Amino acid sequence: MTDSRRKFLLKSFSASSAAWLAANWPAEVAAAEKAQAMGAFTYFTREQAGEVDAMAAQIYPTTDTPGAREAQVVYFIDTALVTFAQDKQNIYAEGLKDLSSRTGGRPLATLSADQQIQILTAIEKTPFFKTVRDHTVMGMFASPQHGGNYKKVGWTQIGYDDSLNFRAPFGAYDKAEGTW
Amino acid sequence: MKKYRPSEEVDFVVIGSGAAGGVMAKQLAQAGFSVVVMEQGAWGAYGHEQDYNKDELINRFPSEEDKLISDPKTQRNTFRRNANEKAVAGGHSYGCVVGGGTVTYGASSWRHLPYEFNEASKFGTMAGTGIADWPVSYEEIEPYYTQAEWEIGISGPNVKTPLIAPMSKPYPCRPLPLKSSGALIQKAAAKLNLTVTPNVAAIITEPYNGRSGCINCGACSGYGCQVKARSSSAVSLLPYAVATGNCEIRVHSYVREIAVDASGRATGVTYFDKANNNQEVFQKAKCVVLSANGTETPRLLLLSKSNRFAQGLANSSGLVGKYLMTGNGGGASGLFADPLNEYKGAVTGAAVLSYVPNDVKNRGFYGGGRMTARGQMSPMQYGLAGPHGAPSWGAGYKKALIEQANRRLTMVNFISQLPIESNTVDLDPEVKDAWGLPAMRITTTSHENDFKAMRFFIDRSVEILKAAGATQVWADEVNDSKGGAHARGTCRIGNDPKSSVANKYHRAHDVPNLFIVDGSSLVTGGRNHPTMTISALAYRCADHLVKAAKQGNVTI
Repeated sequence: MTDSRRKFLLKSFSASSAAWLAANWPAEVAAAEKAQAMGAFTYFTREQAGEVDAMAAQIYPTTDTPGAREAQVVYFIDTALVTFAQDKQNIYAEGLKDLSSRTGGRPLATLSADQQIQILTAIEKTPFFKTVRDHTVMGMFASPQHGGNYKKVGWTQIGYDDSLNFRAPFGAYDKAEGTW
Repeated sequence: MKKYRPSEEVDFVVIGSGAAGGVMAKQLAQAGFSVVVMEQGAWGAYGHEQDYNKDELINRFPSEEDKLISDPKTQRNTFRRNANEKAVAGGHSYGCVVGGGTVTYGASSWRHLPYEFNEASKFGTMAGTGIADWPVSYEEIEPYYTQAEWEIGISGPNVKTPLIAPMSKPYPCRPLPLKSSGALIQKAAAKLNLTVTPNVAAIITEPYNGRSGCINCGACSGYGCQVKARSSSAVSLLPYAVATGNCEIRVHSYVREIAVDASGRATGVTYFDKANNNQEVFQKAKCVVLSANGTETPRLLLLSKSNRFAQGLANSSGLVGKYLMTGNGGGASGLFADPLNEYKGAVTGAAVLSYVPNDVKNRGFYGGGRMTARGQMSPMQYGLAGPHGAPSWGAGYKKALIEQANRRLTMVNFISQLPIESNTVDLDPEVKDAWGLPAMRITTTSHENDFKAMRFFIDRSVEILKAAGATQVWADEVNDSKGGAHARGTCRIGNDPKSSVANKYHRAHDVPNLFIVDGSSLVTGGRNHPTMTISALAYRCADHLVKAAKQGNVTI
C-alpha cells in the first residue's frame, strides 16, 4: 500500500465505524470524499479511477448498507490490473474509451443515477462491463488485504466469518437437531 | 530425502504422487525398493502444511509455486462431443502438486459396492456400452479397502445397511459433524423414507497417526489443509515413503515418454526438468508404475510411441484412452428460511444412499447414484455466481445476494456413467501443450441411459429439498460432463489382452515391467466417487508387486 493511499484511508475512515458505514450515506458525500483523495492510484489515472469507481458504485450500490464505494473496490481493481488481472488492461482501456463516447466525455458520476444505469445497461453484455462487474464483486468479497472489502464490509453483509476455525453446530438447523 | 542420479537404475519409477502414486511409493519403499516419484507439479506446502494458502483470491490466481491444480493454459487440452466435431479449447484440469488431487479434493471416500465389480454378469450388458465384469471381486479387494482406510485415515458412519459395502473393520474415525445440510436432509429422509448418513471422508475428525482432527475451517475443497486433517497422499502416505530413506520425490518433473528397449521392456522415463530450463532427463528404472490419473495416464502411453509400439505403449488392444468416464452429475438447489452456514466445515454435509442400487424395472435406466447435500460457497464464488433469480448487478443483485446468503443448499449427485468405447482421451492432432507435446483431446458424450439417470436424480433432488422445507427450489439443467477430476476407465484392467490394457494386477499386457494403476484402471464407473477404490487397487497392486519383486520377478 502506498503512503498516499494509507493517508487517504486514514483520512476517510479513521473516525468511521461499521455502524457509521451502515448508516444511510448520501452517495454525493461519498463521491466528493473519493474525488478529494483520488490521485493515489497505481495503475489508473485520476479520471479513469473516477469512471471505474462510478461503475462499481452502480454495480454494487450503496443502499442502507455499504456498497462498492465504502468497500474501496476501485483500489482493489487498481491493484488487480497490475497483479493477477494484468491481461485485462486492454479491456479497461478500450472500455473506458467507449464509455467516454457514450457520456459525451462527461464523468459518469456527474450524470443522474438513472442516466448512469441506462448507459451501463446498454453495455452490460460487453467484455468490459462483465470484467468490471466481476472485479467489483471480487473487490467486495476478497480478503481486505487486496485493497477492497474495506473493514470486511462485504463479508459482514453476507454473514461470512473468516475465522477459519469452527465448532459444530454451524447453522440454525444443525443447532436445533444436535448431532448425527 | 534420498536422492538418486538419473543414470542410476532404480527399482521403480512411479509417475504421479496422488491417490495411487502415493500408495505405490509408500508400499514399494517400505518393502526396501529404491523408488523415484515423478511429480509434474510443485511441492505445495509439503512438510509445512500450515502455510497452505486460505485466501480465496490467491487461490483463484495462484503464483506458479502456489499452484495446486493444473492450468488448462499450459496443460492445454481440447474438447469435442464426438469424432465428427473439431475439438475446441477445453477446461479440463486435475490435481498437480505433490499429493496430486488428494491435496485439494472434497475427500469423499466411499467404497464401491460388491455388485459394482460384476455388473455385466449380475445385471447384463447394454448395446453400445463396454459394461464388463472387473477381473477383481469385492471379496478380493475388501482387505485392501480396509488397509487403505486405516493407513490413510478415513472418517465415516459405522452403520450396517445393504446400501453400504460390507466392511471387515469399522472406519477408524468418527464421522464429520452434523451440519445444517445433514439436519435438513434427515428431516426430508424421514418424510420420504430414505436412508441418509454422514459422508465418508478422507478427513480425520480426531487425532490420528500423529495428525490433528479437522477444525472445520471451511476453506476445504480446492484448498490445501493447514492442519493435515485431510488425509491426502502428501500427509498420509508420501512422508512414510520418504522416511524409509530409499524414496525420492522429484518435483517439476514432467514425464513425456516411457522408454522401451528392443525386447519391449520399459527402461525408464524421459522427463522435462523444470528447475533446469526444461532440459530433458532420462531416469533409468527396472520397473515403471504409471499413476498419472485417468486422463494423463493414457495420454502418456499414447505419447510413448516407438517402432515396436506404433500406436502407443501398451496399446495392442487399441483401448488405451477409450471408455473414458468423466463423471455425471445434476441436482437441484433450494433456499431455506434460516442461516445454514454451510461454508463452515467439510464440503459434503450428508449422503442419501437409497438410490445407489440398480432398479432398471422401476426407473427405466441402468445404474444408480449417491446423492450428497452441500451448500458450501466461499464469498467470492458466491458473489460471482450471484443469487438465484436476480439480476447480475445493481440494487436488485445486492438485495438478493444478501437475502440468500448462507441459506442455499444444493444436492450434488454422483451417478453411474456407462463406459463407451467412443468416449476417449487421445492426442490432439494440432494443438500442443506448453512443452510442445500434443495436447490432450477429450471426446465424450454420455449414453442415452445416463441422461435418463441425470433427469431422475435432478427430480429426486427437487423432491428432497421440498421435503426438507425449502422455501424455493430450482433444478439444474441436464448437463453432460466434459472432463474433470474423476476421469476413469481409460486403461481398463481385465483378463483378456484383447479387451483390456492391463491384467488383474495392473501389469500392462504388452509390457512386462510396466504397471498402470489409477482411475484409468476402473472397468466400470461405480457411482462415481472413485478415490477409495483407486487407493484399494493400488494397495492390492503394490502387495502383488512387492511379492513378485522380492522373488526377483516383477513380470509375474
